Amino acid sequence: MQKFTIHRGYAIPLKLSNVDTDQIIPAKFCVGSSKFGHEKALFSHWREDPQFVLNKKEHGKASILIAGDAFGIGSSREYAVWALQNYGFKVIIASGYGDIFYNNALANGLLTIILPLSFIKNLWDLIEQFPNTEVTIDLLTQKVQALHLNHLFIIDEHIRERLLTAMDMIDCTLENIHNIIAYEKKHFKTCEK
Amino acid sequence: MGFTIAEKIWNNHKVFNINSKEDLIYIDLHLLHEVNTPQAFDILRNKNLKVRQPNLTIGTEDHNTPTQSIDKIIDNPVGLHQINMLRKNCAEFNIPLYRLGEPGQGIVHVIAPELGLTRPGMTIACCDSHTCTQGAFGTLAFGIGTTQVAHILATQTLALHLFKKMVITINNQLQNGITAKDLALTIISKIGVFGGKGYIVEYRGEAIMNMSMEARMTLCNMSIEFGAYTSIIAPDETTFLYLKKSANIEPYIFEEQVEHWRTLQSDKDAIFDKEVILDASTITSHVSWGTNPSQSVPLTGCIPNLESFATEELRKEAELSLDYMKLQPGTAMRDIPIDVVFVGSCTNGRIEDLRIVSEILKGHKVSKTVDMIIVPGSFAVRQQAIAEGLDKIFYEAGADFRSLAGCSMCVGLNDDKLKENHRSASTTNRSFQGRQGKGSFTHIVSPPVAAATAIMGRLASPADLID
Ligand code: SF4
Repeated sequence: MQKFTIHRGYAIPLKLSNVDTDQIIPAKFCVGSSKFGHEKALFSHWREDPQFVLNKKEHGKASILIAGDAFGIGSSREYAVWALQNYGFKVIIASGYGDIFYNNALANGLLTIILPLSFIKNLWDLIEQFPNTEVTIDLLTQKVQALHLNHLFIIDEHIRERLLTAMDMIDCTLENIHNIIAYEKKHFKTCEK
Repeated sequence: MGFTIAEKIWNNHKVFNINSKEDLIYIDLHLLHEVNTPQAFDILRNKNLKVRQPNLTIGTEDHNTPTQSIDKIIDNPVGLHQINMLRKNCAEFNIPLYRLGEPGQGIVHVIAPELGLTRPGMTIACCDSHTCTQGAFGTLAFGIGTTQVAHILATQTLALHLFKKMVITINNQLQNGITAKDLALTIISKIGVFGGKGYIVEYRGEAIMNMSMEARMTLCNMSIEFGAYTSIIAPDETTFLYLKKSANIEPYIFEEQVEHWRTLQSDKDAIFDKEVILDASTITSHVSWGTNPSQSVPLTGCIPNLESFATEELRKEAELSLDYMKLQPGTAMRDIPIDVVFVGSCTNGRIEDLRIVSEILKGHKVSKTVDMIIVPGSFAVRQQAIAEGLDKIFYEAGADFRSLAGCSMCVGLNDDKLKENHRSASTTNRSFQGRQGKGSFTHIVSPPVAAATAIMGRLASPADLID
């Protein structure tokens, strides 16, 4: 996981809500035992349609995906996050996320920003009109900016801290292992097998 | 102010408070399957860590596994690879594993209760979004991603964000032939795919109290389909009776346990952030028409007209769904022809579901235009079905009762896929685009509707068989 501070890049408008993880990466591509190499599987059913937004020439180098509401609902497959990252996305903007996807994304350093749908629609319009608009995502000031459009976003301060420092949760928990040992000493009783 | 059952279990498992938004929660039981776990073990290896509590961890093979013959596994190199990885990882880290074709094997959410591992008051986690199924036993059960799997393997804990509390009260009784599946679809159609976001949902009320454990699992299974954090039902005599049979506990210890389990109730003065109340007696068979599970109507109804949607967003989604599903607004659900009927999955692949299906199939034949596939949720479900002679009824009706248990056509990772442009009635939980096979269409139905549909060749209820 890499530290996240500021990202500048091009954006793709994915003008859809309720994009489930089966669409982000169909189950049959959730294969292998690596976190890498899943870029081809990203939205693979939709990408068969030449008109699908990812296939449009003008959005070739995008690293920011701007979706509607309820992005990443459904299955818990972390492949969805890896496929987005492998393809080159660094930031997702949506007005809401499936909980498990949201956690998975942040655990891998994929910044998932929540903005109101009304602003997202403005962004879609702008990017459709001017695909070469550079979008800046600043995690320090918590601001999204594209030409004249800008919006502050709210992110949990602890999640923000983890992204800024690329903190590893396992290492972090293991630093407090004494608490876990104490818990086990006190409680060990459940689940005999 | 009192506590909800979820708060009580949460507080019992709190190792410490991480920050104002998250607690570190101890996990009593960690379940693994082959698809979402290989990378988690790599994280452990890279950090040179061991599995902290291998005996609080079990694995099973379910998603990729074939259903026709055990040799078929060789046919699918990708599935075989993931299964081999799980076998290797479980062996290396001393984790018990239920292999395909062995007693105990089956869909992860089906076997944990069957093996008596899921008990009231526990915390459970699994690399699968339908882990909420196990809330039926008065447990807090969380679906997680692969990085979190690694976290539990290494620490036996999870960093979980605090939750909001919702109660869904289902008054009165479900009518005859109306199932937990119909109730779940009704709830989702009412509150939408995001209605439960951030909430741990407690189900209660007369209809819930009268449900079997199997039915409660079906209901809890679908809580993720309205975005719930997880769901829970307070344990009662029905729960204890189930556990008396499944959990291998000495009688005198069992009685002690029951005394403790009885305390796992929400206090009378516990406060919920949101309450939803439904009258069970008004609920009828529900079937989905769209590509998300909130898009469902009573079986006697029609696909809604686009003007009927409250918002522009919902209308647009409906339009996209119908476009994909190749269906028209206004079509009567019972006029929709079906090519494949699938009975199975962690939603409705348990013995009670198979019994319901067999009762309806008895004395009938599956329509010539329909392929009906019945896949047991577990090895034990299959054994039980055979012991009760259900296999013969399936066979005589012309349904294909498969010899091995697993997820099968719910997710189409094995050979059991829908062909392009084929339409299924499935007792599963998701109708997402292409989930059962690229370019295929899924209608989510209850087991009785699945059986009647198989006979009629179109979406139908058992009542349609009489005339
Ligand atoms: S049966 Fe379907 S929903 Fe259940 S665990 Fe398997 S793939 Fe997931």
